[in-house]
Amino acid sequence: MNVHEYQAKQIFAKYGVPTPKGIMALSVAEAVTAAETLGGPIWVVKAQIHAGGRGLGGGVKLAKSLEEVEQLANEILGMTLVTHQTGPEGKLVQKLYIEDGADIKDEFYLSVVLDRKREMPIIMASTEGGMEIETVAEESPEKIVVVPVDPAIGFQGFHGRELAFGLGITDKDEQKNIISFAEKLFKLYMENDAEMIEINPLVRTGSGEFLALDGKMGFDNSALKRNPDIARMRDLSEEDPDEVEAAKYGLSYVALDGEIGCMVNGAGLAMGTMDTINHMGGTPANFLDVGGSANAETVAKGFEIILKNPNVKAIFVNIFGGIVRCDRIANGIIEATKITDVNVPVVVRLDGTNAPEAAEILKGANISNLIVASNLGDGAAKAVAAAKGE
Amino acid sequence: MSILVNKDTKVIVQGFTGKEGSFHAEQCIAYGTNIVGGVTPNKGGQEHLGKPVFDTVAQAVKATGATVSMIFVPPAFVGDAVMEAAEAGIELAVIITEGAPVRDMQMAKAHATKHGMKTLGPNCPGIITAEECKIGIMPGMIFKKGNVGLISKSGTLTYEGTNQVVQEGFGITTAVGIGGDPIIGLSYNQLLPMFEADPETECIVMIGEIGGDLEIQAAKLIKEKVTKPVVAFIAGQTAPKGKTMGHAGAIVSGSAGTAAEKMAALKAAGVKVVVSPAEIGKAVAEVLKK
Repeated sequence: MNVHEYQAKQIFAKYGVPTPKGIMALSVAEAVTAAETLGGPIWVVKAQIHAGGRGLGGGVKLAKSLEEVEQLANEILGMTLVTHQTGPEGKLVQKLYIEDGADIKDEFYLSVVLDRKREMPIIMASTEGGMEIETVAEESPEKIVVVPVDPAIGFQGFHGRELAFGLGITDKDEQKNIISFAEKLFKLYMENDAEMIEINPLVRTGSGEFLALDGKMGFDNSALKRNPDIARMRDLSEEDPDEVEAAKYGLSYVALDGEIGCMVNGAGLAMGTMDTINHMGGTPANFLDVGGSANAETVAKGFEIILKNPNVKAIFVNIFGGIVRCDRIANGIIEATKITDVNVPVVVRLDGTNAPEAAEILKGANISNLIVASNLGDGAAKAVAAAKGE
Repeated sequence: MSILVNKDTKVIVQGFTGKEGSFHAEQCIAYGTNIVGGVTPNKGGQEHLGKPVFDTVAQAVKATGATVSMIFVPPAFVGDAVMEAAEAGIELAVIITEGAPVRDMQMAKAHATKHGMKTLGPNCPGIITAEECKIGIMPGMIFKKGNVGLISKSGTLTYEGTNQVVQEGFGITTAVGIGGDPIIGLSYNQLLPMFEADPETECIVMIGEIGGDLEIQAAKLIKEKVTKPVVAFIAGQTAPKGKTMGHAGAIVSGSAGTAAEKMAALKAAGVKVVVSPAEIGKAVAEVLKK
């Protein structure tokens, strides 16, 4: 789960991680009031969406008067911001963050992420603030400082020294500041089950303080239950509504731009089914894992979500029943045809637990546009042909 | 022969009396797995599925001599359960539970390593030595005994691959589900050498997916140390960037972790890479008939 910049900064503030002062605004009037409260003399008006690259897309602008704050708030609020992370369709800006302008001497990059190879978090930093870390890694990897922190021992002094010296920070007060900054950041990373925190840029001010000018945070979905304050920060309007709806029923759904709707059990087989369709000359319309507890209701819901997509020309149901029982899936398909108008051909391949019973159920149901497949390859081929109207 | 587990392996179940634990433990017993008891706090002294229940793993190990634990406890308690098993002297913990917090798994795995305990999973279908011992949730009936070893991040692709191998007239020595979470226990690079050393395994099927670089590491190891033929499939060639595809670890970040990159590395290591899981069986038949 991701949060907005203003929410990340609320969490930073709670842990004493220095950030410029700022206030979230839902309207132009609120933006102006926020600016008045902050006092100026310069403000930054920032679009709040769950995507990076907002500055380049025109969603972050500097204001030097209250009139300018009003004008920029008017401009940015309600705009559809397109960045390299939003996709070409962009994202609607529904919230603003009005922030004090900072006295920037220079810019750094700082993040905490899980290193899957080391199986522990790493603090990653670079003097190339404002640049994409992937670009820095490619062009000048020597400028990236990596400090792994074993959670069993926590953040120690030497971690801080490696970071400060790695970034070439020589002033003793500044060293103290950056070490304290990183220590607090690591603490909040661990305590809130964060997946990643990225501060880009982290700025050094004229007086040698370090400030989080930006803040991006993602959290481990599996740990949201024990972090209710974080869970409450979820902004559903930033997520795909079909994915949200699917998740309510235990379905894992991701929309794609192809023509063949897929309903599969298991994430691996779901991806493998998409790959097979692609390999046979078709295009998958979605990823959909019905999960281990699939029943008639969830299958029917899956059909409904798949059929909402107007590009879908055929559906491929591919189940290898382990825990999932094929007879339940078969009943779900029948249920779906009763509730929703299944107006495209449906290719069904059911294998594994209770597959013979499922075959009987489907045979007895007499559904007109149902095509039975004997295995994965056969099913994918039939679905591709059906989508082409063959 | 087989790897890690066989008909003599003594297994306990943590989360024995819960709904999931009961259902699957019963299936495992029916398959022939030597389940010697289970652990549920405050139910010690009772009997469940005809086996003794203990309050702690230490008690269960002492009384039964169990070396493997199959873990079904709810996600929030997985870390605790794994660490308990490690300190009690369990040699292998098979973690079936889905949705364990990543932070807990970092701690638990580090602790397990410290105590010399191997782990599998979490969020995996388990491990099965065909016709001998099933520790997990896979449909046992499809696993016929044979000479193919299988390692997979995905449960259903394990079944899919196995089914095809069997339909081609071959069978399985041991199939291992390693799970698709960001932090997992035994992986390709620990399991490949075990299959290489197992005299009955003549071919290894390796099923991976997008995210992380375990498959790339495996390619290096295969090139240097594995002489047996390897057939591989990597799921997610058509997955979009930056989206988690069901498994928490299945995500392409930036340009890293793509299927194309993994497939290329495996091909370069001499692995027979198939583009669709529908071709796993045929590929195995080809390499075994050579």
